Amino acid sequence: MLAADKEVQRTRAPKRKVDFRQWLDQEAPKLLILPTVLIILGLAIYPLLLSAYLALSRFKLVRGGFELKYVGFRNFEKLISGSQQYHFVGTLGEILLWEWAIISVVISGFGYWLWRYFSGASKKKVTIIGSIGRLITVAVFSVLTILAFTVLNDTGRPGSLMVTLFYVFAGVSIQFAIALGLALLCAQNIRGKNFFRMAFFIPIMVTPVGIAYAFRMMMDMSQGPFSPVWHLLGLGDFAWAGDAWLARWVVLIGDSWQWIPFLFMVLLAAIENQPKEQIEAAQLDGASSWRVFKDITFPAIAPVAATAVLIRLIEAFKIIDLPNILTNGGPGIATESMTLHSFIAWRTQDLGGSAAVGYSLLFIAVVVCVSFFNFIGQRTAAKGA
Amino acid sequence: MQRSKQQPKSLWQRMWEPKDVQSIAPAKKVLTYIVLIAWTFVVLFPLYWLFITSFKLPIHVSDGPFYIPFIDFQPSLHAWEYIFVDLGSDTLRPYMNSVIIAFISTALAVFIGSMSAYALTRIEYKPKVGSIMGFIAILGLVVYLTVSIKMAWQLSLSIGGALFLMFIFAFNKHFKRSLNNNDILFWIISQRIMPPVVSVLPIYIMFQQSGLLDTHFALIVTYMAVNLPIAVWLMRDFFARIPVDLEESAMLDGASRMRVFLTIFMPLAKPGLAATTMLILILSWNEYLLALFLSTADAQTMPLMVAAQNATRGPQWWYMSVLIVVMIIPVLIAAAFMGRLISKGQLGGAVKG
Repeated sequence: MLAADKEVQRTRAPKRKVDFRQWLDQEAPKLLILPTVLIILGLAIYPLLLSAYLALSRFKLVRGGFELKYVGFRNFEKLISGSQQYHFVGTLGEILLWEWAIISVVISGFGYWLWRYFSGASKKKVTIIGSIGRLITVAVFSVLTILAFTVLNDTGRPGSLMVTLFYVFAGVSIQFAIALGLALLCAQNIRGKNFFRMAFFIPIMVTPVGIAYAFRMMMDMSQGPFSPVWHLLGLGDFAWAGDAWLARWVVLIGDSWQWIPFLFMVLLAAIENQPKEQIEAAQLDGASSWRVFKDITFPAIAPVAATAVLIRLIEAFKIIDLPNILTNGGPGIATESMTLHSFIAWRTQDLGGSAAVGYSLLFIAVVVCVSFFNFIGQRTAAKGA
Repeated sequence: MQRSKQQPKSLWQRMWEPKDVQSIAPAKKVLTYIVLIAWTFVVLFPLYWLFITSFKLPIHVSDGPFYIPFIDFQPSLHAWEYIFVDLGSDTLRPYMNSVIIAFISTALAVFIGSMSAYALTRIEYKPKVGSIMGFIAILGLVVYLTVSIKMAWQLSLSIGGALFLMFIFAFNKHFKRSLNNNDILFWIISQRIMPPVVSVLPIYIMFQQSGLLDTHFALIVTYMAVNLPIAVWLMRDFFARIPVDLEESAMLDGASRMRVFLTIFMPLAKPGLAATTMLILILSWNEYLLALFLSTADAQTMPLMVAAQNATRGPQWWYMSVLIVVMIIPVLIAAAFMGRLISKGQLGGAVKG
């Protein structure tokens, strides 16, 4: 049977040298995607697994090299409840009664959302992966809500986890709001549009290290360009770098200055690409510009906006350059993001701790980004289509 | 006729009501310009300040703010001289490093990413769940062998490879479930969520073991890997919008897939390519964290050099301003080349939900 097959093939394709180009064409589907897969396997998946091992072990320098000792989840324990708790989770404060009230409202909101899903009220098919995903989302967000109230009040102090989440959530919302406003203004029929567009795009090209130094100069209260204003207000000798929240806001301002351009460009393009007829019809009917925005423009740009926010969300978790240079993580650990925390741990040769912080960041980033993608991004995409 | 019937409008009303649908009410226009010009100031002032600081003497910085050169203070070229004459090669080396690393890694990432993006839009893949699981298991084994038993990584990798091939041939037919293109795409994109700080420690160790630490190669490969997901993500949407008929007729004429990709797809997606290249170039040009880990002296890039100007005598504002200004120039030139294509709304078209 097999021999016969071979015979047939031989007669059909008489002895011919294996043509390289033909082989290339035949194997093209594999060859096209193979480089990407190999690169990701080699430089993302393999390191990820190695890093998992590092996170579970203790690194020690010994004579002539180093030694890795398996310690289980000790590194994570140290971060969550051990000696590094103040650094990662933060100093826990007491939750007041009214704060408990807010927490319970938020958590029952999550509970209602879950109930709607499982009872079939949301008209979605209940699947195993869907259920597990929703349970993880609700669990993580509930814990983070409680944690936020625990460390963000007067008695507590936030660690790198909460500071990172502050940069991500406050930063992305502020950047989105400003970028959307500017894009709406720029999309109008005005002169000098192209000038504004080019000018607004520039900050994204400046290296974040440079931005950090530029803002250190900008924010210098005694010698910076705005120092006359501060002197006038009697704040000439005031140092924002000594105040935890002011320092965090300065980092956030620097980050926003750099990333608003990205969101601005994407949103502007989306606004300009939407069909004009609908808007003109609504305007003729006398709809207010707020109504036009709410009912026509926003639904039209929602899918693009969701993707842009997702990209920004992904990048926001990685913030390090600004806090490292602008404030050096200080005062104390007040402006330290998780990436910076991990870097500092690496510098002090605590490789296990560094990998553990990195892994925690990975976990939070994945939960937040995937939740956003599945529960908000998909919905706006469906509405917009 | 109609106009005479209308009641005369007050000045206040006329300010807020547009003359016709196409134009904007005067008051609104004024407000728009105020906001836009204010934001232009916010955007350009820090850059202006950097620019003039690069011409200042230390005394001009420490004695309080001076705003306008030639009027407030006498500009001096001392910082530029120091950076380009006194330091000379020490400035040129990081600069060339940055140029080489950013441009080569961007070109590679965009090309390889486009290849995969093209494949994902036009060819249907059905990777088997079984072989993926097997692969992950064997990769885990390789890591265990390398780290825990301290086997040489070359040896453990080849053992893993051999095991995987055996696994594929022996067991693969028993696993029927397969994934599709969207799963592959999601897998590729999800790599971008991974914070670089998680993978940089093992990458550092890998390059250290193979003696490639602090070389161009290490940084080019790492930057390419980090930016590849973005290239695939953006390019796929551009390719998806190219009509299928074009390539079908080419294929009927006997063109190979590679030919179709290089001669039909790449030219048609030029605006998309420009936008993607621009974004990735900016990201790798300004990258800081990976360079911090993977380079020390020979392959040092510009962001590290800028950061290093914070010396023991305090930050050397005038020197770092020169460096930052010099760093913006190549990106601005690249943006000017590609800016027209991007401003046509291609970037917005690329990120479609």
